[in-house]
Amino acid sequence: MSLDRRAFLKSSACVSGGLIIALHLPGCSKPGRTSGEPKTVAANAWLRIGTDNTITFLCDRSEMGQGVYTALPTLIAEELGVDLGRIRIDFAPAGDAYKNDLLGTQITGGSTSVRDAWLKLRRAGAQARTMLISAAAREWGIRAAVCRVENGFVVSPTGKRASFGACAEAAARLPVPNDVKLTDPGNFRLIGTSVRRLDTPLKVDGSARYGIDVRLPEMLYAALAQPPALGGKAASFDDSKARALPGVKAVVQTSSGIAVVATSWWQALKARDVLAIKWDDGANGALNDGVILRGLERATGTAQSARRDGDADAVIKSAARVVKAEYQLPLLAHATLEPQNCTADVRAEGCDIYVPTQIQQVAQQAAASAAGLKPEQVRVHTTFLGGGFGRRLDVDFVPAAVEASKAVGKPVKLLWTREDDTTHDVYRPPAFDTAIGAFDKSGKLIAWKLRLVGPSVTARLFPAVVAKSIDPFAIEAAANYPYDVPNVSVEYLRHEIGINVGYMRSVSHALNCFVAESFMDELAASARRDPLEFRRALLSKQPRYLKALELAAQEARYGAAPKGRFHGLAVMSGYDTYMAQVAEISLENGKVRVHRIVCAVDCGQVVNRDIVVAQVESGIIFGLSSTLWGEINIQRGRVQQTNFDTYRVLRINEIPRIDVLLLDNRAPPGGIGEPSTALVAPAVCNAIHAASGRRLRSLPLARHKLA
Amino acid sequence: MIKLNVNGKDTEVDVDSDTPLLWVLRDTLGLTGTKYGCGAALCGACTVHLDGQAVRSCRTPVSAAAAGKITTIEGLSSDRSHPVQKAWIELDVPQCGYCQSGQIMSAAALLAHTPQPSDADIDAAMSGNICRCGTYQRIRAAIHRAAQLKSGG
Repeated sequence: MSLDRRAFLKSSACVSGGLIIALHLPGCSKPGRTSGEPKTVAANAWLRIGTDNTITFLCDRSEMGQGVYTALPTLIAEELGVDLGRIRIDFAPAGDAYKNDLLGTQITGGSTSVRDAWLKLRRAGAQARTMLISAAAREWGIRAAVCRVENGFVVSPTGKRASFGACAEAAARLPVPNDVKLTDPGNFRLIGTSVRRLDTPLKVDGSARYGIDVRLPEMLYAALAQPPALGGKAASFDDSKARALPGVKAVVQTSSGIAVVATSWWQALKARDVLAIKWDDGANGALNDGVILRGLERATGTAQSARRDGDADAVIKSAARVVKAEYQLPLLAHATLEPQNCTADVRAEGCDIYVPTQIQQVAQQAAASAAGLKPEQVRVHTTFLGGGFGRRLDVDFVPAAVEASKAVGKPVKLLWTREDDTTHDVYRPPAFDTAIGAFDKSGKLIAWKLRLVGPSVTARLFPAVVAKSIDPFAIEAAANYPYDVPNVSVEYLRHEIGINVGYMRSVSHALNCFVAESFMDELAASARRDPLEFRRALLSKQPRYLKALELAAQEARYGAAPKGRFHGLAVMSGYDTYMAQVAEISLENGKVRVHRIVCAVDCGQVVNRDIVVAQVESGIIFGLSSTLWGEINIQRGRVQQTNFDTYRVLRINEIPRIDVLLLDNRAPPGGIGEPSTALVAPAVCNAIHAASGRRLRSLPLARHKLA
Repeated sequence: MIKLNVNGKDTEVDVDSDTPLLWVLRDTLGLTGTKYGCGAALCGACTVHLDGQAVRSCRTPVSAAAAGKITTIEGLSSDRSHPVQKAWIELDVPQCGYCQSGQIMSAAALLAHTPQPSDADIDAAMSGNICRCGTYQRIRAAIHRAAQLKSGG
């Protein structure tokens, strides 16, 4: 290793030039250890206060647009009594200290970041504040209780001031207080306002560093040839032409394909495209859309019960009127704008990976296995993520980078093309679901049953979870059916389809909300009731759903759509957030045009209003792209879509007006990065029904010709 | 060797003449603010200015850029003071931010030719730039705001 590389690695591992004092904060230590443990816990802390008065927050969640880079330090800054602008941000390494308590590993997903941090980080900030005050009070010989903090200083009643930096060393030697007082919500200065995003300046001048931007001394570039059929492998290959091209340094057979390593990525790509590879398609050589759909349709086996109130099956058998419908949803790609990539630097004693990931410890483990090292020998450097949407909860792009770096003995940046990315995603699961509703003679809805069929992401990524219970990420927005119906049954039949599926924004909410809320409209139509009034009557015991629904309806002027336009609605709870949407559409030339979406949001206590609004807008646009056009097709095991011409996403000239309304309250924060995605499809399809009388039970809408 | 003028500076690069400008900017010159998204002029993440016009650098061979003046996001201003950058900051437009260099370069080129764009002008000029996070409402508002700032507002 050259001196240059050593120097770079050292400086990149270091948070700032000055001396850093780490405060030992609880939550950083392993259970059972005492708070007196020495400063080796430094790397486990979120907060570092330098004697130069710098305050650094180690952000342990990945910033992929959803705003954790701003929202999480806001929780700390609130309790420390400093402005957010005083806090510098670095991304945390991989480590148990950063485990997400809601999900059990260090993970940015499930719209959990603020929910997980809400008490944890405020407590961490309050403990630091308490310790800094105690240190200053001790030095001054006065009681801590009479001192306070003010913009980076501890202040005494007589006006003595000590900067945080001056107190930090002494504070770090104090015991960590267990019982700290959190700021009363009535006194919040930052939480609940619209503090400016800390990452915006970096994202308007090109200086934000994403995975694709990593540059290391002596770094080489790699392009990867992956099997065209999902699950296939290279049977044999001839790389003589590729090796003869300028700049090519090596051709490496990796666990996920043939990597060409060159002095520039363009050279690597050109050489990759002249590799002569004989592919073995493996088990999926005959797989296509029809096979997948028929498999789901005909799946048999014992379904697992997700919810059972009363006896829906018995009631359905004897009911006066029964309504039944089948719904079908396609595979989808994530299409993060930054294609998957990883930069690896494998040396004999350890490995560094620079990676846009949502799941640091799993990336670390994958790199360790590929390098033949122990996980603790792998340092994970999280970059900014050019979109996540759940795609980067998988680490399938990590091992090949590590294997290539190990083979050539130099740092290697492996980058997928857009086509690689679209054709080798872990796709949103498809579904084939059946919904049944039953009315009694008086027209009262007395039973509701949903049978969900699809492959499980969790079974692949977290098999221990499904070994013990039903996949919790397959039954969202279904098991929590909110309507007041005496007999409810929700069951899930796991049926694998031969290709890997992945978590995608809103996960099973996006599948199940489409079915449940479309079917509620079907039941309303069958009962000859207005969809709003029908829902309202069954939500009288669900005040948070009801409030969101009423507000969205009121804002959209539901029932009074402009001439030629029609309204559809949907309501859902997910991620501890309650939400309702009204879509306003028209039908033009056999196509749907979405003019406006109104979204009422109750996500409890808001941390950053502007970011909440942005996330709701973002989720709606994401959901609308899928609703209109989203579809991955498989032929002979090969994904047919390749780039943004065949996998279409919304552009600026295609967006509806979006109005977001926040229902403020002091309930604990709900998640906000995902829920709005799930309501778009049912709201739009319910509006199409209002416009045309046609009930669309499959997506995307591009499949359907509308009158 | 191919001679280029990038952000006001003359430079020479030793690359194949068919190399897309994008990869010369990013990998040869280290200007990583310009992004790769599709490689097919479908997403706009790689947008730079060539003689003041917005071009997709992923489909512009470096040889075709040799005669002109190239401006990247790094050269738009030295201190985030371009009206488009100021408006983007004022409205907190970016989310993941990956597309934003390209969005900003497209918006700056639009305003250079059309100082007071209508929504239709914005749609026409910006529909080649995908934002997967869906920041479009803010992009539209920020372009109007930048137009104001530019005219002294």
